[in-house]
Amino acid sequence: MREIETAKITEAVKKMCIDANYFLNSDIYEALECAKNNESSPIGKEMLCQITKNADIAKANNVPICQDTGMAIVFVEIGQEVHISGGSLADAINEGVRQGYTVGYLRKSVVSDPFIRVNTKDNTPAIIHFNLVEGDGLKIEIAPKGAGSENMSKIYMMKPSDGIEGAKQAILDTIEAAGPNPCPPMVIGVGCGGNFETAALLAKKALLRPVGSHSDKEHIKEMEIELLEKINSTGIGPQGLGGKTTALGINIETYATHIACMPIAVNISCHVTRHAVCNL
Amino acid sequence: MTINVTTPLTKEKSSALCAGDIIAITGTIYTARDAAHKRMLEDYERLGYFPFDMENAIIYYAGPSPAKPGEVIGSAGPTTSYRMDAYAPFLLDKGETGMIGKGARNAEVLDAMKRNGAVYFAATGGAAALISSHIKKAEVIAYDDLGAEAIHKLYVEDFPCVVVVDSLGNNLYESEKAKYRTL
Repeated sequence: MREIETAKITEAVKKMCIDANYFLNSDIYEALECAKNNESSPIGKEMLCQITKNADIAKANNVPICQDTGMAIVFVEIGQEVHISGGSLADAINEGVRQGYTVGYLRKSVVSDPFIRVNTKDNTPAIIHFNLVEGDGLKIEIAPKGAGSENMSKIYMMKPSDGIEGAKQAILDTIEAAGPNPCPPMVIGVGCGGNFETAALLAKKALLRPVGSHSDKEHIKEMEIELLEKINSTGIGPQGLGGKTTALGINIETYATHIACMPIAVNISCHVTRHAVCNL
Repeated sequence: MTINVTTPLTKEKSSALCAGDIIAITGTIYTARDAAHKRMLEDYERLGYFPFDMENAIIYYAGPSPAKPGEVIGSAGPTTSYRMDAYAPFLLDKGETGMIGKGARNAEVLDAMKRNGAVYFAATGGAAALISSHIKKAEVIAYDDLGAEAIHKLYVEDFPCVVVVDSLGNNLYESEKAKYRTL
């Protein structure tokens, strides 16, 4: 049994909240640089230039890339041979979020109830997903996610007869409907299979995969490639102002499903798709 | 070519702007987003006035991150505009001439813009640190309890944006998308 102190967890979460919001990951930055060279729309190109310049300013000045520093989405993989000492794991994570959003001058964007809507003033609670795995490791991944793109996400409970072509069309329809709203160029996470909640969670997890990477499954890899090309032919372009850079990447994850089911969840993210990871 | 626009945005100035114009705004603008819009309309119903002069005003749909010590403001990019569609026609009818945000608007907003000769600008979503460098003064003038959603009076210099919908209803999102669509 390996002991891990909650204080260590809080400290790591605090740092990751700040780092993820100040520093754009290299996969996204490189994809943006590449898109700049390929973009034929003058306004689209100007938007991409502003976006990378913005990332440079955020990094140099230690300020948030985007004012919407999101809700903190936390993925925890905890080994079954780990013992957490000093308090609850969830409390330690929330304390890290509280401290990170306070000392990092990040925006507090959480309200305690969807209808009464009073700001909790410290960006807690985080949304935490626990996963119990073998071994004595503890992996924590933080993905702060803004709401502009989150609001454009959709879930479809499709029929098996709709097939892979039906799924592709549903994904494309979601992107077309989103248009300029989610701050394109977007990053798109798709979850196929499982059930209602599993598809949504898979879509969110798909966003953790670097842009430019592909599924190990051949038919899914082909689907990713085909869809990215189609999405970039919609004309939406950077910020919806026209062009061929509508998305930087689309990552698709799958899971087994019921004989009657074919759920498809599309989680849209923006060009500020953030995440930070640590192994304790 | 960039067109310089100064506030207040009179109807004479707004009607001269065309969809696709690259704009640099200098002057006073006001931030308001979801909760502030809701409260502004409720307050107007009750009190008969807004927290600032709506005549020829530009509202920036934004909720900045907190300012670090010694800074004017935190990162301050635009939020998605459609969530303000329920409130915007009323404000446009009461004198608002410019809105800055990002994303599509509904038919009611577009009608109210035409009716009142107003303009919708898009700022670059997610370019919040870059945009902040154009904000020279910031002061919370109403609804402090809303935190990031409070109404801020901003003095901006060469604030970068694009005319997406002009006072005649020309829509850059639609025209540019069609131009680059190959699907």
